[in-house]
Amino acid sequence: MAIAEPTGTETKGVGEYLLAHMREYGLLFALIAIMVFFQIVTGGTLLRPVNITNLLLQNSYIIIMALGMLIVIVSGNIDLSVGSVMGFVGALAAVMIVEMDVPYLIAIVICLVMGGVIGAAQGYWVAYWKIPSFIVTLAGMLVFRGLSLWLLEGQSVGPFPREFQTIANGFVPDIFPASIGQALAPVFDARQVNVLALGTGIVAAAAVIWSGMRKRARNRAYGIVDEPRGFFIARNAIIGAALIFIMFKLSTFRGMPNVLITMGVLTIIYAFLTERTVLGRRIYALGGNQKAAKLSGIKTERLTFLAFVNMGILAAAAGLVFAARLNTATPKAGFALELDVIAAVFIGGASMSGGVGKIVGAVVGAFLMGLLNNGMSIMGIGIDYQQMIKGLVLLAAVIFDVYNKSKQG
Amino acid sequence: MTALLEMRAITKTFPGVKALDGVNLTVRKGEIHALVGENGAGKSTLMKVLSGVYPAGSYDGEIHYDGALAEFRDIADSEKRGIIIIHQELALVPLLSIAENLFLGNECAQNGVIHWPETFRKTESLLRKVGLREAPTTLVDKLGVGKQQLVEIAKALSKEVRLLILDEPTAALSESDSQALLDLLLELKDQGVTSIIISHKLNEVRRVADTVTVIRDGTAVSTMDARSQPITEDAIVRDMVGRDMAHRYPERTRRAGEMLLEVEDWNVWHPEHVDRQVIRSARFNVRAGEVVGIAGLMGSGRTELAMSLFGQSYGKNISGRVRINGKEADVSRVDRAIDAGLAYVTEDRKSLGLILEEPIRRNITLANLEGVSAGGVLNENEETEVSERYRRAMNIRTPSVFQKVMNLSGGNQQKVVLSKWLFAEPDILILDEPTRGIDVGAKFEIYGIINDLSAQGKGVLMISSEMPELLGMCDRIYVMNEGALVGELTAEDASQERIMSLIVTE
Repeated sequence: MAIAEPTGTETKGVGEYLLAHMREYGLLFALIAIMVFFQIVTGGTLLRPVNITNLLLQNSYIIIMALGMLIVIVSGNIDLSVGSVMGFVGALAAVMIVEMDVPYLIAIVICLVMGGVIGAAQGYWVAYWKIPSFIVTLAGMLVFRGLSLWLLEGQSVGPFPREFQTIANGFVPDIFPASIGQALAPVFDARQVNVLALGTGIVAAAAVIWSGMRKRARNRAYGIVDEPRGFFIARNAIIGAALIFIMFKLSTFRGMPNVLITMGVLTIIYAFLTERTVLGRRIYALGGNQKAAKLSGIKTERLTFLAFVNMGILAAAAGLVFAARLNTATPKAGFALELDVIAAVFIGGASMSGGVGKIVGAVVGAFLMGLLNNGMSIMGIGIDYQQMIKGLVLLAAVIFDVYNKSKQG
Repeated sequence: MTALLEMRAITKTFPGVKALDGVNLTVRKGEIHALVGENGAGKSTLMKVLSGVYPAGSYDGEIHYDGALAEFRDIADSEKRGIIIIHQELALVPLLSIAENLFLGNECAQNGVIHWPETFRKTESLLRKVGLREAPTTLVDKLGVGKQQLVEIAKALSKEVRLLILDEPTAALSESDSQALLDLLLELKDQGVTSIIISHKLNEVRRVADTVTVIRDGTAVSTMDARSQPITEDAIVRDMVGRDMAHRYPERTRRAGEMLLEVEDWNVWHPEHVDRQVIRSARFNVRAGEVVGIAGLMGSGRTELAMSLFGQSYGKNISGRVRINGKEADVSRVDRAIDAGLAYVTEDRKSLGLILEEPIRRNITLANLEGVSAGGVLNENEETEVSERYRRAMNIRTPSVFQKVMNLSGGNQQKVVLSKWLFAEPDILILDEPTRGIDVGAKFEIYGIINDLSAQGKGVLMISSEMPELLGMCDRIYVMNEGALVGELTAEDASQERIMSLIVTE
């Protein structure tokens, strides 16, 4: 029986394990190191509740798009048009809601459908005509940039009605009686405490630890090479503590932003989709070896097509969040944003050749980039240096990947 | 006549295989010398030793060229001495012109600036020599394979060739193109060019060769001189296949059951050259519990037949009828072919059969993810159990099914591919070169698995270039040549000689 096999590697030593899993830990370490660094040099501004809220809002649309981009990249393609599509959909929303008085809920639905149609229009050429996605989406990038200029006639259009703005700028109201929050406030030495936010943080941390333990128990049952106990505990403790810490900070400000819920739910859905479903498995197979996937009965064309449709819908969602946050649609919205999204996915460990990458990695990669942006801005570093540093971080992350791979041989 | 080339006791070993074992080859000045032998006999290896692909020092033995010991370091080195090899896969750049290709790497240039008028003038005179009437500016892409072959020869002439080596030059040519090429060889011979030609087509060999050397299992088994006595094809075939059965095969009780697969009037055209028919009216069948072989040389269309049948994975304008278990079957897409009960184990497991970066577990379930999921959600525990089961049943040597397939040996990788298809629960398995590139022990295990499958009542269609393997394993053997099934032999009737003569007399 498999169970009889030794669980072994714990005796192999921590160093060796760390070497073999440098990628996953490296990303986590980098995130923590950067956070600590900026927390110190900004004199504590970085982790103020208001700044954490800002960080989430600023990066929400990047993260939403990174979810779709990860799938596109894992399938062995790329989408350069997402920044333009995002801008175009924002413009479409503005024209409909502000100029044509379309009810905002209907406008949102139309915009998401439009995103799907745009994705389908690009995915069609990539999937069924085998035109390289780089070229198709490069064309799309120009076309939709032009379309948003045309739609807005070069002007900014706004403002949006209040209800629409809450997509990005709203907060989830506390469902618990205010008295509980007031009672808790002195305990934490805060003016107020949003009990829902704090509670969600604790529940989320518990869920992460519980599922980690379940997975570990299962792996043990099959005698699979497992991470040393100390590492497992440390990793989960850090993640759990970070979740509770951030949610606590948010709870002392205005609670959870609406976009945090959107991001969180989408991340969970896509992580499940990619890791636990037949559909997700087939996308990895497609990117890992398209010919072998096809000869295994997988409809590779349809999958590629769907990856682009999905990307389009998520780009549209990001466009809505972005427009709502700025409270206006401008022709330049989303300009060059596709590069940030792609960078986030690669920093998160995805492979350019497809077949490799994780949703959680892409989200962490996006946060890492966001953290750099935010921290350097607080420090007052000029946009010139910011660009250079971000570029070097991307390069370093990918070199790190390649180096690790060559060492594993 | 004196010898231009003498290769003495050439021995070349690769890890685990002795590809050449003390081969002697003497080529006289001004003759056409034919090398014949089965696929993998060592002909190409011998030519690679000669042309410096395997440099001096990487083999044992001596090469004497033009009366002196020659130790070539690389191809450029042997080319300098006038030895030029034209490979089966042509080495032309399709989107460059004939002139550009002829002088690629050897441009008529001064200080890096190409002298075009000179280039065109030389090209025209070379093209005249090989009898190709095309403008020097024509893109190679626009030429048929026959004319491309002539361009290759022109290129060789431009380098002042003394010993021209052609590796199966007529394999992809039509009858008339082949004739033209052979005529050209004879003409070059009159001009004093010595050539070595590797060929499977014995009628052509008989027509042009002055001397024939037969290579088998890495040794030169015989050399025949056409001038002392006429060479017969029978004599060549006998030497090519030999007598001994090198391998052993596990015993199996043979018992053919119900008709499982019937294919009729199967026609396939080439995906790019739409006027080239790759499979011609193929008709064959497989019964339950039967192991049926398809013999044929490389390029005879065996893989194309299998892949076109498996969800039209190869070819265009496919037509024909397929019946599985007596019912008309839809095999127009891979998923439909799988549903109909077919499985195809590819000859190219690394690029077509496996996802090397992924673990064994995920490769085994790939063709039947429904089998380890409910409502589209995977059950990873079940997946692990399934792959563990196959790991034990197939004896896949690995510490765990979480190991990346990349890290396995060829034999174990092949077992993973087989596991994948067994988990898809097919009725008929098409095995394309199931033992290619794996060691003897693993081969024996694969044969055992094939026997088990037939004992379970599955039908097995086995494509192989190793004739002893087909003879040892199969109940019936179809012989394929140039896209057509040219013969069918029962196990009792089949022999290497019978198969080879069916192929070469075509």
